[in-house]
Amino acid sequence: MSEKIKHFPGESLKGRDIREGRVPTIKHRPNVKYLWSAGVAMSRFLEGLKKGKIVGSSCKKCQRIMVPPRAFCEECFRPVDGYTNVKDTGTINTYSVSYVAGDASRIKEPILVAVIDLDGASKGMGILHLLGEIDDWKTIKFGMKVKAVWKLPEERTGTITDIKYFKPME
Amino acid sequence: MREVAIVGVGCTGFKSVTPEISYKEMMFEAATRAYQDAGNINPRKDIDAFISVAEDYWEGFSIFDEFVPDQLGAVLRHLFTVSGDSIIGLATAYMLIKTGYFNTVALESHGKPSDILTLHDIVSFAMDPILNRPLGGHPFYVAGMEMNRFLCTTGNTRDQCAMIVAKNKGNALSNAFAAYGANVDVEDVLNSDMQFYPLKKIEISKPADGGIVIILASDKVATKLNENPVWIKGVGWASETPSLETRCWSKAIYARLAAEMAYKKAGIMTPSVEVDFAEVDDLFSYKELQHMEALKLCRSGEAGKLTEEGITQLDGYLPINPSGGMLGMGWPLEAAGLQRLQEVVLQLRGQAGNRQLSDVEIGVAQSWRGIPTATGAVAVLSNYKG
Repeated sequence: MSEKIKHFPGESLKGRDIREGRVPTIKHRPNVKYLWSAGVAMSRFLEGLKKGKIVGSSCKKCQRIMVPPRAFCEECFRPVDGYTNVKDTGTINTYSVSYVAGDASRIKEPILVAVIDLDGASKGMGILHLLGEIDDWKTIKFGMKVKAVWKLPEERTGTITDIKYFKPME
Repeated sequence: MREVAIVGVGCTGFKSVTPEISYKEMMFEAATRAYQDAGNINPRKDIDAFISVAEDYWEGFSIFDEFVPDQLGAVLRHLFTVSGDSIIGLATAYMLIKTGYFNTVALESHGKPSDILTLHDIVSFAMDPILNRPLGGHPFYVAGMEMNRFLCTTGNTRDQCAMIVAKNKGNALSNAFAAYGANVDVEDVLNSDMQFYPLKKIEISKPADGGIVIILASDKVATKLNENPVWIKGVGWASETPSLETRCWSKAIYARLAAEMAYKKAGIMTPSVEVDFAEVDDLFSYKELQHMEALKLCRSGEAGKLTEEGITQLDGYLPINPSGGMLGMGWPLEAAGLQRLQEVVLQLRGQAGNRQLSDVEIGVAQSWRGIPTATGAVAVLSNYKG
């Protein structure tokens, strides 16, 4: 109801009326499945993760080391000149503390997410990942040094989650 | 009023699968070739605006637009995505230049159907959820129904549809971009599996991966970028009703209206005489016949006869789909229209190799958005500015 109109004419509906079929609706769950080819640059990145390495690519023209790696430099619009490993340490560029889970439910233990500028990559480039081994999130600081915590080699599958999280370096 | 030309084309593809490359890398490759073709233009400063044509469900991303700029050289530049067939994207690019605000526009479209595990489910998802989806079945039965009514009403024949397959797959043999060139005859087509009566398996274009980038320019800069610009004389698009219950099943009305719009702009009064060749949508064999008639390249019921008499072959009076069409090149989803357009450009430039047509001045490219749509677009091109 708005401030001016206290009662609209007709019968009001509740969510329950829709769920219980008192309002005609139609339900359809699409079957949409994909299997994306990772391609040249991302395949190197994923294979690197499996080996415990973070792979970047380099452009001689703009002198950047780019992470995540790409097959072409988007600034110079030319193919990259090569691939190189960067360090699995870096500094926090920005972060957030998420009290809401993927399904929008409220969670007690917040999820800590951060963009981390990786050492060895050009400024402002790195990885978006989780933070861990932090008791009180209020101790997180901009520019804080962090290091990757990897899964055991036999547990790695060539995905971004081969890194469990980044932890403070003290 | 300023004129608009195509000054660059770049293509990667077409292949049945491309596990070695990502869609971004595919687009980068096509874009690099197109910029090179347009006088080695630098997209970081020489392209005024960028348009990509993509459909989120084909890509598997929400808001796919956001994944586009890097690989086109469009970072920090002016880009938007058109959700539609790529000739509708061409019409949009054409209009951008017509405004006078832009001299150069890059237009991109690609398809990577090999990344989609449930292609026909996505087509089904385009059907009406209340009236059609609950009935189940493969959505291409819509094509079977349309073919049936089209042949019944117009008098074109089953065998004439088979001839389309033989012609287009044959043309594709001399097209390096084509994925499905083959030597097949009418007998082979008729022996193919019946899938959606009266449509046989081999009469359905197979999905193919590939990307195309087209560079458009105003007449102010066109000849500086390419000494062989191909001029866009007219564009048109139209939609009939989405309703499968009430639409016209015998004629492609959407293509007729789109063609009339484009011909009017191009000043073409008698398409059957003035148009030298056409690239039309042949997602299903009968569609080539139906679209020829919709484009007024012949009268209703005559397209099959022209095919039978060889008029639409490479050496005929009115070649149709010299590229091999989608039956020969493959179906690249929303890039289908640019696949047609690219061939018209190559033919008008005289760069079509073994399948080059002689003395061509006016070519038409036509697209259809596929099952279950009734939407199409048409572009009329010429190598004469006129």
